[in-house]
Amino acid sequence: MATATFEEISASDFFYRNRDIAGFSNPSRAIFVAIREIVENSLDAAESHRMPPDVYVRLSFESEATKDTQIYKLRVEDNGSGIQPRFIPSAFGQVLYGSKYKLKQTRGTFGLGGKMALLYGQITTHQAAFVTSSTGNSSKIYSFKLMIDIQRNRPIILDRKVLINKDGWRGTIVEFTLEGDYLRAMPKILEYFKQTAMVNPYANLTFVDPKGRLYKFTRATTDMPEPPRETLPHPYGVDVELLQRLIMITQCTNMLMFLRSHFHRVGEITAQKFLEFSGLSPSKNPKKLSHEEIVKLMQNMKRYKDFLPPDASCLSPLGEDLLRAGITKELNPEYLVVHQRKPSTYAGHPFIVEMGIAYGGGVPKTGSFVIYRFANRIPLLYDEASDVSYRVISSMNWRRYKVSPDMPIAIVVHICSTKIPYKTVGKEFLADRAEVRREVANELREVARQLGHFLTRQEHVDREKKRIGIFSKYLPRIAQFSAKLAGKQRIPDIEKLLKSVQKYGAEED
Amino acid sequence: MVQKKTKPSIVEKQNEVVGGLKKLGTDIYNQLDKGIFPTINMPSRSTENINYDPNVRQYVLGEKVVSRNARNIRHVKPFTQLAWAAMFSNELTTQRKTSTLRDVYYSAQAYEMTFTDQQESNNIITDLETITGFSREDFHIFPEERSAIFGDLTIGYTVPGYEGKTLNLTSHPDGVLVGPALTSSEFVNTKADKVIAIEKGALFTRFIEENVHNKHNALLISCGGQAPRQTRSFIRRLNEELNLPVYIFTDGDPWGMHIAMVIISGSANAAHLRNLNTPDAVWSGVWASDIIDYKLPTDPLDEVDVKRLYELQKDPRYQNDPLWQREIKTFLKIRRKAEQEAFSRYGLTYIVDEYLPAKLEGKK
Repeated sequence: MATATFEEISASDFFYRNRDIAGFSNPSRAIFVAIREIVENSLDAAESHRMPPDVYVRLSFESEATKDTQIYKLRVEDNGSGIQPRFIPSAFGQVLYGSKYKLKQTRGTFGLGGKMALLYGQITTHQAAFVTSSTGNSSKIYSFKLMIDIQRNRPIILDRKVLINKDGWRGTIVEFTLEGDYLRAMPKILEYFKQTAMVNPYANLTFVDPKGRLYKFTRATTDMPEPPRETLPHPYGVDVELLQRLIMITQCTNMLMFLRSHFHRVGEITAQKFLEFSGLSPSKNPKKLSHEEIVKLMQNMKRYKDFLPPDASCLSPLGEDLLRAGITKELNPEYLVVHQRKPSTYAGHPFIVEMGIAYGGGVPKTGSFVIYRFANRIPLLYDEASDVSYRVISSMNWRRYKVSPDMPIAIVVHICSTKIPYKTVGKEFLADRAEVRREVANELREVARQLGHFLTRQEHVDREKKRIGIFSKYLPRIAQFSAKLAGKQRIPDIEKLLKSVQKYGAEED
Repeated sequence: MVQKKTKPSIVEKQNEVVGGLKKLGTDIYNQLDKGIFPTINMPSRSTENINYDPNVRQYVLGEKVVSRNARNIRHVKPFTQLAWAAMFSNELTTQRKTSTLRDVYYSAQAYEMTFTDQQESNNIITDLETITGFSREDFHIFPEERSAIFGDLTIGYTVPGYEGKTLNLTSHPDGVLVGPALTSSEFVNTKADKVIAIEKGALFTRFIEENVHNKHNALLISCGGQAPRQTRSFIRRLNEELNLPVYIFTDGDPWGMHIAMVIISGSANAAHLRNLNTPDAVWSGVWASDIIDYKLPTDPLDEVDVKRLYELQKDPRYQNDPLWQREIKTFLKIRRKAEQEAFSRYGLTYIVDEYLPAKLEGKK
């Protein structure tokens, strides 16, 4: 972050200068990312208090900006947990401030998506944002008019109102203006809502677009997945920075206690063995570790083979039932198989792969598989070909499963983890990590195998139907023609013959 | 000359045909009625089952039988088509209507019995011929007519609207078309004492102009190339019912020779049928030896002609009479061929005044 003049810049400033990496690279992409970030915050907020989310999004036209862009007002309302008034300014006006620095599965990763959206709105329109929220516990609703002091990364409160919460409303409303190109972004935005509805079957999503068109995605269930639990960092996943922070805050006065209380799945015996392995005294005070010792500790943590793998209680996969409900609701396929893998880990981060494969019905026939990618319940809509799932899917030998790309097949991949291995801040595709690739490949084989069985059965049924169809078409005519030829009035009964053909057909299977 | 009718009349034949079709229908009906999948057996028409029978002097089908069973998924469609074709033929025959193979193909569509192509519908009609032993003309399914007859034969129509009417076949100088109305008629009387079948229409017209029918007391028939089945069947009737000897005049080449042979001994394609050939008919010319004897203008034999001659040499139909083998050898020796028109080098009437009497004489 140093320039030739060694000028320090704030986090806001950094993202202001490098907004491309957060996805705000052009007017059409920016409007899509802004909607997505705010909606994800809303979904997280509702889920955090086990409430099936109701999210209302309205994008309205304000004025023309340039030849290709317009100014829009974006308003997102949710029924989430709400934010306590004292946190509202920082939560929306300070980049890298947030509730997402603990280790559990959440949609956002960097705690800056929503703020980036507001920041982007401010720098393109120079207008303040409005945030209204109530936690439902108090009888008041707080409404703030905010701007961000970009250079100092601080919120500026322009106005603050307190309203009486007569109806016990709980939730958050965010409203701000931004420049964008809705017409070009429209397909992606609609696709985003459709896919979000697919992977959040318990959410009601409503979107009113600038032309006044209403898109409504109604929940298919009120069942929600188990919420993720917070967890300690696993030794395999730590870096020097994290170690230093832990040492700074710890109350422990010796290494044995320190390891046991701050790391995931490290108990008395594991801690002892590890300290022996790394040549550290169990009674050493962690606060006395030198910088070199901390680096060495981190390296030893990565080298030590006998840590127990992280458990997945901190993860909140959708589960087979909800995945089925979501896919059925949005695609209504003729055949669907869903499956969830057992938890696995990469670099100390637990993750779970869930997959669904849908055939026929509402699944479009496009000449290649339709792939729906999700990470922590966020649809990934860009850079499909760079994603690890795409690579696994295209390198699979599909013929073995009687599947060909011209069939109407949709593949739904959901990966959840405390740390999704994104390749970019823009959260568009998953890096090709060996552990993840292996899990995705195994899961794909599992669902493909079941689809293969279905297709084989289907083929049998089709052949049988065709066979019986031929007999039921021709036998009555033979009866009719021969009766006429023989000069008989009564047409012979061929029902018995038709039945015998069916019975024979059943034996063939 | 008085009428000499020795064979069953055309009406009796019609009844036989209708009876045969009804028997087929009853057979299928009874099997269905007993609750079993109907089966139809018929002689196989595969090449290995087509044999030459020297006794009847034509190709016949051997012992091999094929079975068509409605139980078999691959048979049930052709089986139904066959049942339909039998019913359709029965309607044509009883209502005295005529039809063509093309017509059959389209008529099927009215019953949602669409044939994939013309070939498929033709095959089904051939199956029906094989099963019943009657030719499609007996079912009133006719090809395009292109042969004609001229001469002193009086026929009595049996077609609807003409029953009881008679016609003398000298009444029109172009000849009378050998069509359904003619072939379904009864012979009333004739003064002719022979039949002359001619390959080409042009020479047929010349013969009429030159009064050959009177000079030689003959019925003249134009085959129009390879004689259609109904014409071959009609020639046989003239030979059988009226005891008229038959003389055939064709071009002097392997193809003409074979036109004569098909009238005499039938074709392999019609091995499943009887009464289409006239074993006692005689090929009178143009022979290869005529080319030498009459010093006819010729063309050289080309490659296909020679190849055809070698094929015919081995053909069982060509083994009966030493004439055939002799003429094939002569063709191969002189490597020349001549058309019937070649006689015109000696003047337009030469063929009628000189050649024809000599040839008819030679064979008598």
